Amino acid sequence: MKMPTPPAPSSALEDDFDPLLELNFDAGLEPLMLELREVVQDPDLPTVQRWRDRGGRVLAHFQVYFPEELAHAAGMLPVKVRGSRIERREADSLFGSALCSILRSSLELALTDRLVPDLFVTHPICDAARNLAGIWSRNLEAPAEILFFPQNPNSRHSHTWLTGEYRRILGHIEEVAGRRVDDDALRHSIHLFNENRRLLREVYAIKRETPWLLPVDDAYVLVATAGLLPREEHNALLRRLLPLIRRRERKPKDRMRVVFEGGFCEQPPLDLLAAIAEFVDVVDDDLLIGLRWILEDVDPGSDPVAGLAEAYLERSSYSPVQHDLRKPKEEMLLARIEASRAEAAIVAAAKMCEPGLDEQVAYAQALDRAGIPYFLSEFEEEMQGYDHLQVQLETFVENILFQ
Amino acid sequence: MAKTVSEDELVGRGAREGRRLFDAWYAELTDAAERGVPAAYVFVMGSLVELLRVFDLPVVFPEINSLQTAVRKVSDGYLSEAEDHGFSPDVCGYVKADYALQLRGGEHPRGRIPPPAIAVLTNACNTYIKWAEIWERLHDIPVATIDVPMTRGSTRYPLVKSSTADDDRDRRYIRGQLEELIELLESVTGRPFDEDRLRDTLRWTNEMGHAYRRVLELNRSRPAVFDAVMEGTIFLGVANAHRGTEAGARYFQELVEEMEHRVERGISALGEATEERYRLAFVGVPCYPIFSDFQRLFSDWGGVFVGSSYLWFASGGLNLEHEYDLEHPLDALADGVLAGVRMATDSMIFQDDALLRSIEEYGLDGVVYHPVKSCRTVSTGLASSRKRILEESDALALYIESDMMDPRVVSVAQLKNRIDAFFEGLDSRKVRLDAVEATVGGAS
Repeated sequence: MKMPTPPAPSSALEDDFDPLLELNFDAGLEPLMLELREVVQDPDLPTVQRWRDRGGRVLAHFQVYFPEELAHAAGMLPVKVRGSRIERREADSLFGSALCSILRSSLELALTDRLVPDLFVTHPICDAARNLAGIWSRNLEAPAEILFFPQNPNSRHSHTWLTGEYRRILGHIEEVAGRRVDDDALRHSIHLFNENRRLLREVYAIKRETPWLLPVDDAYVLVATAGLLPREEHNALLRRLLPLIRRRERKPKDRMRVVFEGGFCEQPPLDLLAAIAEFVDVVDDDLLIGLRWILEDVDPGSDPVAGLAEAYLERSSYSPVQHDLRKPKEEMLLARIEASRAEAAIVAAAKMCEPGLDEQVAYAQALDRAGIPYFLSEFEEEMQGYDHLQVQLETFVENILFQ
Repeated sequence: MAKTVSEDELVGRGAREGRRLFDAWYAELTDAAERGVPAAYVFVMGSLVELLRVFDLPVVFPEINSLQTAVRKVSDGYLSEAEDHGFSPDVCGYVKADYALQLRGGEHPRGRIPPPAIAVLTNACNTYIKWAEIWERLHDIPVATIDVPMTRGSTRYPLVKSSTADDDRDRRYIRGQLEELIELLESVTGRPFDEDRLRDTLRWTNEMGHAYRRVLELNRSRPAVFDAVMEGTIFLGVANAHRGTEAGARYFQELVEEMEHRVERGISALGEATEERYRLAFVGVPCYPIFSDFQRLFSDWGGVFVGSSYLWFASGGLNLEHEYDLEHPLDALADGVLAGVRMATDSMIFQDDALLRSIEEYGLDGVVYHPVKSCRTVSTGLASSRKRILEESDALALYIESDMMDPRVVSVAQLKNRIDAFFEGLDSRKVRLDAVEATVGGAS
């Protein structure tokens, strides 16, 4: 069924749109969540395919953050490239052995035509990912660009430079999209994304305040769909679903409140998150942090590109791949734990993820000093079976409860 | 008037003098550590030593310290100690060895390393940034990260001086950051910035770079006059440790003299006993745990490394046709950092065009890719690069994985099997090509 136009005032921003997802809201919340779960896990990226079938252009951007407003304002669909649980038949031969899975599976999506971007943008978030543009451009037709984010955000000059860098990438987007982007179009997109950020904050507020209503795997599905849909549609979707979630018939459980840290790039399998949710309430996390990177409204102001750059530097979250002297990662994690009233942390890292594995050491040392219990773990997107992890997690929880 | 040297003195002088300078540098660091003089910690890609010398800061290259533990066969102890503190076996071995060195109060097989007063780095490698964050935690020191925007797409290699608006914007950005760094260095050392001293250090680097490029170029000769992995690594040690100094510049000028002499006399890198049969390029980071044995696996077959991407990316941009404009030292430094770091990262990520040119210019028979577990910056794209080299050239390509630090993942037997098979392939191709040539020659 076609989604109804969302209510004012936000509808003024979103006008008409032809949804990529045909959801039956009359079926109730649980079937809807199941359907969205399938969409998020589908390696064929059905929403993106539909967008292309309608003649739309796609900007695929690798983890962690990308100012999607730039692509949206040009009429492109920004798609978050976050790997996939697929059998890798082609990509592995183009990589060495000591590398994470997300690099390989993301390329596999493109080599097998499941993901057909008109423009691919990657970022030097880590030593492996900085190679992606080279590898993609050797093996795929679509142009591959690198967008640099300042690794010296403490410099007085970083804002001016990043604004220029955004304008540079916008020039490429305009070229690929075949249209100019004026400031008004960009302001419109920023308003739309501000609304999306507000709704995602609501998702996390529900998780924090009433975690029994929104387990970590369900919350993940809600966030991940943002990377697969036009934001107009995602906003409308969240506006329909969040009231249903708040009315969900689930009773509070007296369970340990934990923060999950380590999902900033490669994503743990959804079933792994579900397995964790069977034992603890994940009240905050860094899963898909790039879609929630900007913490407050972006000021569309007189120069919307400059507003986006300012927000990246000054109103943003943290991750192991951003170096900012104002945001020591271990202190940021402790603040996240405190703000979410968590009692413990799951400090995970994707296998072969150098920034994540490096940060695990600093996190563990800081948590030791703070006397906060933590559970260290590694994961990879193609892992199967979570019984062992569940036993370890259960033991971890019991140890704390009976101390 | 220049002193006349005998052939005996000249041949092998570069290696001997290189070792002497390198030992002297470690002796200076040990002396600084013993006198309690704190140092500046820097990295080979974008070291900014020209600026640090203006403030008389001893310069420590932790990458070099770490690789030296592998060359001296003690890296496993350092790695294990870091892993006992929580570091994964899957992260950079350089970082782990240095972490253990810091825990040991600077203890190193070549002496003692002073602690940092400041860390100065670029984003040429992401691990640099994570590494400096460790020092920040261990030593509570200021960390200055100079953000260098690099090549944004795959079609711009090699990036030499250009006048596009983007490059000008990048240059201004770096210049601004350097001004901030100078403020920080003045505050850390209590000394004022001296532009004339910067001009002097840049001048020595100009002279060093000019000679360095000449040395690389001389290896086009047949036979090759130095092995780019074996001797090349000694050259790199001097290039980094003595960059921006008169001693460093003189060393390379004298090295040119030796190499020109070798070219004139046809003195091979492999020595008199071994015929040069195959000319190779090395791509990646050397296998330091078995450094000389690794080279022998190739030289035993008459293989010589004529070139190496290591001599590009680990030379701090010395391989690039670039000279600092001494009239405007700070602008020149910004320009040099941009060009040098871009060249370094391009040499790791977008190196295939340069390799294809090298195959022609240096008459290469094969390319040896050596991705290592420890360094994803260098290693991630090598399988893909190899595929392109095989598609677009006649060179054969060998892909062997091991590590630059960790002897636990270096299997000499497995490497030897692969390397032997590679040379058998080169032999067999040579026989085929010789047969074709004989047939064509006979027909004509």
